[in-house]
Amino acid sequence: MLPLPYPFELGFMQRALVASVAVGIFAPMIGTFIVQKRMSLMGDGIGHLAFAGVGAGVLAWTVMVGVGTFSSVWAVWGALVVAVIGALGIEWLRARKRASGDLALALFFYSGIALGVVLISLGGGMNASLLIYLFGQPLTVSDSEIVTILALGAAIVTAMLVLRRVLFAVVTDEEWARVAGLPVRFVNDALAVLVAVSVVAAMRIVGILLIAAMMVLPVASGQLLARSFRGTLRWAVAIGVVSAVVGLAASRMWGPAPGGTIVLIAAAVFGVVAVVKRGAAPPKLSAEEVG
Amino acid sequence: MAAPEPSAPRVAAGTVLVEAEHVDFAYGRAQVLRDVELAVRAGEFVALVGPNGSGKSTLLRVLLGSLAPAAGEVRLFGRPAGRFEERWRVGYVPQRPSLSSEVPATVEEIVATGRLARRGWWRPLHSDDRDTIHHALESVGLDDLASRPLNELSGGQQQRAFIARAFASEPDLLVLDEPIAGVDAESQRRFRDSIVHLLEEHGAGVLLVSHELGAVVGDIDRVVVLKNEVLFDGTPGALAEHGVSLGIHREDLPLWLEELT
Repeated sequence: MLPLPYPFELGFMQRALVASVAVGIFAPMIGTFIVQKRMSLMGDGIGHLAFAGVGAGVLAWTVMVGVGTFSSVWAVWGALVVAVIGALGIEWLRARKRASGDLALALFFYSGIALGVVLISLGGGMNASLLIYLFGQPLTVSDSEIVTILALGAAIVTAMLVLRRVLFAVVTDEEWARVAGLPVRFVNDALAVLVAVSVVAAMRIVGILLIAAMMVLPVASGQLLARSFRGTLRWAVAIGVVSAVVGLAASRMWGPAPGGTIVLIAAAVFGVVAVVKRGAAPPKLSAEEVG
Repeated sequence: MAAPEPSAPRVAAGTVLVEAEHVDFAYGRAQVLRDVELAVRAGEFVALVGPNGSGKSTLLRVLLGSLAPAAGEVRLFGRPAGRFEERWRVGYVPQRPSLSSEVPATVEEIVATGRLARRGWWRPLHSDDRDTIHHALESVGLDDLASRPLNELSGGQQQRAFIARAFASEPDLLVLDEPIAGVDAESQRRFRDSIVHLLEEHGAGVLLVSHELGAVVGDIDRVVVLKNEVLFDGTPGALAEHGVSLGIHREDLPLWLEELT
């Protein structure tokens, strides 16, 4: 345990801090690319699928183990498998124009949440502990769950660092990227899988229903503050981390649910940035520069 | 602005870069291209003109390998267009880029993407790549605006940024779809200078699809007139013998094209 000051002096708060900061880094990082791809709700759609995966995990545990305390490992693996397959399905529908981006997401949204409810009820697991997957609960994160979150987070950040240039090229102008010979299909599939992994890695912290907010809200603030893609990405990550730390501290000090508080802080930051930036139109080019 | 360093032509003058032979294409029952023959060689500036709906954009997509012809053959650098792998050798400037500007991106960030296909998308950019990107920005006169968000630029400046993105891959063939439609005079002049630079210093070939030839009118080597089939393929001088001028005359090209509809 580290000698940190209040409100992070206790072990459970330090575990929550590590896990929340990790989410505050990788969720806005990947969110910058899905906002640029005009798929801001992708995280939400995949989140609902992850809930179906949690349900599949609960049912599998009931059938294969069925005694003792339910292990979160079953929920994580169930969510990971279903979310990755679902994410590739959404991308398949979008890329082949079988459905618009929004419609593809809606199809998965509702089917996912309904399937999750059905599977969990079949597994006899419809109880309060499932709320931690829906709304998050970083304060009860165990050491093994932290290892899972950090391992998945490290994999996401590493993949983003390797792919960031080609990801930017493809999400910014897909038609041109295809003609230029860039691996558009691979990149889109990789992004979908990375979103799915992010959702699963973050669901224990901010919850399946709120994870998309951590992918989008810091980016919404970042794009108002920055004048470049790289700058937006950096601002988004900084705001994500600050929201995680402040939200967690507020939760400890005043008692509101930490997942929701973290997201509300990110929303409040956007509100402040939007008000401060309001009316500050982009600098006009001089007549000479316009030519 | 420092003059860009001249470099040796990358392909031998006269080499056929793109070639269409007896190409047919149809959308369903609507025949769009009939028996089209077209070739662009290294060092050559070819303008593809035609009235609206004449199949220009479709022909472009067939030439780039994005659409497969119903009949005939298309070759890029001597290889079938659909299976051509060295895509960076073709610089493409789309008519209306489907660019997402949800997140601000600078001119330099956009132009740098042009380097990816050439460099290998998984490799980091090195100082020579940065030099090439800077050279591309210089050649379209945007080096002073490199750090500006693209969506703060005028339409003509944005179009020049897309041309610089194509230049960044050091293409042997540049294909431009209506690049100067509605662009101001200064941007047209810059556009003309950058095309001439690519033709003269790099020996590349240029295929320009446009209704308006604007500032480049005096630099064109060949004009191809398309109306679902090739109606004319020859020099501007030969076109003038048909009573049609690329300049501002009574039988001006755009007016003549309208009469073809």
